[in-house]
Amino acid sequence: MLHETSATAVAIFAAFVLGVLGLSFFLGRRGQSAAGYYAAHGQIHWFVNGIAFAGDYLSAASFLGICGMIAFTGYDGFLYSIGFLAGWIVALFVIAEPIKALGRFTFADALDARFRSRGIKLAVAISTLVVSVFYLIPQMVGAGSLIRPLLGLPHEAGVILVGVTVTLIVVTAGMVSTTWVQFIKGSLLVFFCGVLTVLILQRGLKENAGRPGTEDLTPQVRTVTPAGAVLVDGVAQSRDHDLRPVGTIAALPARFAGRRETGPLGALEYLAVLEDSSIVTWAGKKAATAAGTETTFTPVVRSGAELLKPGGSFKGLTTGKLADRLDFASLMLALFCGTASLPHILIRYYTVKDGEAARRSTVVGIAAIGVFYVLTLYLGLGAMTSGALDPTDTNMAAPLLAKSFNDTLFAVVSAIAFTTVLGTVSGLIMAGSGAVAHDLVEHVLGVAMTDHEKVRCGKVAAVVLGVVAMGLGIVFRDFNVSFLVGWAFNIAASANLPALVMLLFWPRTTKQGIVAAVTVGMLSSLAWILLSADTFEKVYGWSREAAPMPFSQPGLVTIPLGFVVLVAVSLLTAPRPAEGRT
Amino acid sequence: MHRPGDGQPPTTPAGRRTGLLLFWLYVALYGGFMALVLVRPDLLSKRPFGGVNLAIAYGMGLIAAAFLLAVVYMVLRSDRSGG
Repeated sequence: MLHETSATAVAIFAAFVLGVLGLSFFLGRRGQSAAGYYAAHGQIHWFVNGIAFAGDYLSAASFLGICGMIAFTGYDGFLYSIGFLAGWIVALFVIAEPIKALGRFTFADALDARFRSRGIKLAVAISTLVVSVFYLIPQMVGAGSLIRPLLGLPHEAGVILVGVTVTLIVVTAGMVSTTWVQFIKGSLLVFFCGVLTVLILQRGLKENAGRPGTEDLTPQVRTVTPAGAVLVDGVAQSRDHDLRPVGTIAALPARFAGRRETGPLGALEYLAVLEDSSIVTWAGKKAATAAGTETTFTPVVRSGAELLKPGGSFKGLTTGKLADRLDFASLMLALFCGTASLPHILIRYYTVKDGEAARRSTVVGIAAIGVFYVLTLYLGLGAMTSGALDPTDTNMAAPLLAKSFNDTLFAVVSAIAFTTVLGTVSGLIMAGSGAVAHDLVEHVLGVAMTDHEKVRCGKVAAVVLGVVAMGLGIVFRDFNVSFLVGWAFNIAASANLPALVMLLFWPRTTKQGIVAAVTVGMLSSLAWILLSADTFEKVYGWSREAAPMPFSQPGLVTIPLGFVVLVAVSLLTAPRPAEGRT
Repeated sequence: MHRPGDGQPPTTPAGRRTGLLLFWLYVALYGGFMALVLVRPDLLSKRPFGGVNLAIAYGMGLIAAAFLLAVVYMVLRSDRSGG
């Protein structure tokens, strides 16, 4: 769909981005040593760090991806919310305090604390980079989605704008400014999602969203010709001839007979009324034709009860195929195990002074993140029935929901979403640059660096990572961002969690066991993803049936594999009693 | 005081036991939800809570439980460590 830009939207957006950049330059003076650049001197207050956890974690996947998935497929998007939050239990009860105690700048520091091994540093640094890059892709895709309706610029411009801004943030001040950007972003995100939810409940539910034209259920066809021109129903796309916005209630429950809207509803009542309503959702199907690539968007009238139970997106839950059920179980396991294995989350434990502060900041993070995930359900369902959805872009559901209220709210929500991307990307680039400078260059390659050189090396790595992220954000533009984040969680959980947990709880763990577990977990999960049906279909454009893997999400196999490999290799390489530990 | 990077986690055995107990409690709750989704999805359509179905009620309950267990853990650990 083509979106009109407004001067207000551009002004609010510019104010947010310039404000964030200004803060970064101001705070940049505090982070010039290595301890300041990579760990903010360990002096961040636990409450600020807790909200910054929320800022780090509530990425484009959480805000744009989950809302979009709920808006288009119903309850299944909320399963991501449940899994994402559950992962914090592992972080709090198992990982938080030991990580704080064992490490200094990077995740590799913690895993290598006992052994001082270059092999561990190398394996963990590479896994940090791989996970960070996989997590960066959906953030950049989200940025590209946002920039089109907000500023009227192409997807590529959004990706480049985020890449340049984030690189500036990270290069100017490192962890100090990243933390404060996360704190502000986390606070604003939760607050404005709360505001949107109150507005959704106040508006209640309306048949056809109270907007003329949305009752038209004629399928819509978007064609991209070989020359790159876009046609809508066979006619050149323009502001006067465009796809219709979608997502409406076809009929309210019988108890509202004779009325076309409910008026304000309570939080539970909203869900109950929606469950008894009939809702129109739209799905697109691509086909190659002589005219070009055609996507036909078709409406389906479904009961609210059907949309508010699992199975809308994870088809295996309704078809009963074992492989599809295992695919779902695998994703939920990866979400549960992945949070405590994400490098950009783990390094935030180094920014507080001690284990007690690490614990407290995790609890604050869980509170903020939990509130946000409850709100995602209302935002997604509000978007589903707003009559404002763009059928071509699931990631735009939340901003377009805001637009259905007014343009100013749209501008504010889009700017916050953009800051969300900025915050998460800066955290990821920090984690990646630390892995390159501190782990790879200093410890693996053995390059002796002064404090100043270490910071400069990290900044160069941040610039390179920023450029890589921009390229990938353009290549993966058509993907739902939650789906992409699922991959990052699988790789993180498979590569990092077995080594971390066994190091803490199994005294017979050896350095060879850790290296083997990280390497096998990372490579096996990566290979599984590259050979899965989802990748065959959505990345390579090949047939799903040709994929060799029985299901697409690897975690169910590759996380246990990491544990098995670690135990086996540790037993085989256990030091004889006379040797002692290395 | 424990110094970062000396290779030994500082958590006391009692603290670690508390954490693990709460962790397994949550695993049971999460596992119960996953079992329902995978084995008896029909039960999730039932509406025992003010018209809200079990799928939403259980999901919201898991989010609330994570926060409650986190607070319990913080209080218990603060009591034992004196702050």
